[in-house]
Amino acid sequence: MTAESFIILLYILVLASYVGFELINKVPPTLHTPLMSGSNAISGITIVGAIIACNVLNYGAISKWLGMIALILATINVVGGYALTDRMLKMFKKK
Amino acid sequence: MNILIQIAYLAASILFIIGIKMLGRTSTARKGNFLSSLGMFIAIFATVIQVEAITLVDILICVIIGSALGLFIAFKVQMTKVPEMVALFNGFGGLASLTVALADFWLNTQEKGLQVDQITGISVAISILIGGVTFTGSLIAYLKLNGKVSGKAITFTGQHLINLLLLIAAVGVSVFALTDFSNPTFMIALAILSLVIGVLVVIPIGGADMPVVISLLNSYSGMAACATGFVLNNNVLIVAGALVGASGIILTQIMCKAMNRSLINVLLGGFGQTSGSGNQADGPEIAVKEVGVEEAAQIFDSVSSLIIVPGYGMAVAQAQHAIRELSELCEKRNINVRFAIHPVAGRMPGHMNVLLAEANISYDKLIEMDEINDDFANTDLVFVVGANDVVNPAAKTNPDSPIFGMPVLNVEKAQTVIVTKRSMGKGYAGIENELFGADNCLMLFGDAKQTITKLVGELKEL
Repeated sequence: MTAESFIILLYILVLASYVGFELINKVPPTLHTPLMSGSNAISGITIVGAIIACNVLNYGAISKWLGMIALILATINVVGGYALTDRMLKMFKKK
Repeated sequence: MNILIQIAYLAASILFIIGIKMLGRTSTARKGNFLSSLGMFIAIFATVIQVEAITLVDILICVIIGSALGLFIAFKVQMTKVPEMVALFNGFGGLASLTVALADFWLNTQEKGLQVDQITGISVAISILIGGVTFTGSLIAYLKLNGKVSGKAITFTGQHLINLLLLIAAVGVSVFALTDFSNPTFMIALAILSLVIGVLVVIPIGGADMPVVISLLNSYSGMAACATGFVLNNNVLIVAGALVGASGIILTQIMCKAMNRSLINVLLGGFGQTSGSGNQADGPEIAVKEVGVEEAAQIFDSVSSLIIVPGYGMAVAQAQHAIRELSELCEKRNINVRFAIHPVAGRMPGHMNVLLAEANISYDKLIEMDEINDDFANTDLVFVVGANDVVNPAAKTNPDSPIFGMPVLNVEKAQTVIVTKRSMGKGYAGIENELFGADNCLMLFGDAKQTITKLVGELKEL
């Protein structure tokens, strides 16, 4: 990685963190559990990396197997996280 | 082609941000979660179309296995067990980040025999370290929350020194790993060290502090994804990881504030143990006034305003539905019923709201502490169910109390307080509750679910 592309990534990191701080500060305590479960599902974005790591044609390669393990774990994180969040939010009703 | 993929990643990032924004309001939250999952789908789709067609089968198999497991857990889990499931999912995310970083490192340095630059190498090391700590730390939090490992703080002498030495060792092996890429031993050593550190940093933290720990680990899983984004030079990983990292940090701060503890204090652990907690066990025994179900029902019948204070004990006794019946019955009698929710009323931030929502209690009845605390003084009756430390006035009046300074609900200011409790046992912090001895406080002993069901029965006959 060149220093230039590193700096761009760093900009993205800082700005996205700032957006995150601003957004979460406004979430009322009532919704903190679904928020956490939902953001937890977002952290499963590493699934993108896992798919790339699976993209090796040689089954003898350790990296391929690591990628596949990562893909299963990340999928559990993503699918389970979103499904659980939706299940909780469905229950929030106003009479 | 590449530009289209980058645009898809940008779209995914935007959907994550909009999704989180909409999660901030009850009316839009469900749609927000859907948009966020749509963003994830777009990111996954844009990635899958880049891979070799022949590996699609492998990818599909992994995704099917993972989805089946994830859906099974998500639909099976009881709402009381949500905190440990969030911890577990979180741990899987952390391990996935570690594995992806290791896979990329392995592919480049071992299988392709390439050199990687220092920035990428450092990113791999950070990703492995945070991912590993997130995984085993979350696993221990999971085991502690569901009682498979003692919820008590497990401490031993030299603990913090050992943790510090392990951290130094982790930095040390990282430096070695970065000086010689052809030798993978050091990266593997780093992975093992990070897994050990994860166990050791969560083990000394008591069960009562778990809301803080889960929030912090949530943040770590985001940071791990972020670091993996630096490894793969991938923007969407960095944006999503940063959002989660920030959200976890804010929730951690909120939880610490609600317990009047500093983060350092929580992380050093050992809270809630008898040793040196300033616990004057030889203080005068608290004399309490007992009340029976019939008499309690008469009190409920005579009031015009009621605040119910639920604690985790209510969920343990599975009394949520009985409580809903009680509140509906009171509302029919034109009693103004509200619920006062302390920020640490459950086992994770906002947990109590989910438990009450599951029992079909309207969310506009659930009032947070800061909003309702001034209203206790002009309330006729407060009904405390399975809450203890969060209603202990000692937090305001007794500087020697271990919970002194923690924000609590001002229940003692109400006309009458009825506390339902199984016995005179102590709360999570293991201290006496001065509220129980107050003049306006009545104790209604018994299992919360049975007692409230009886109370509802009595009240129906009045």
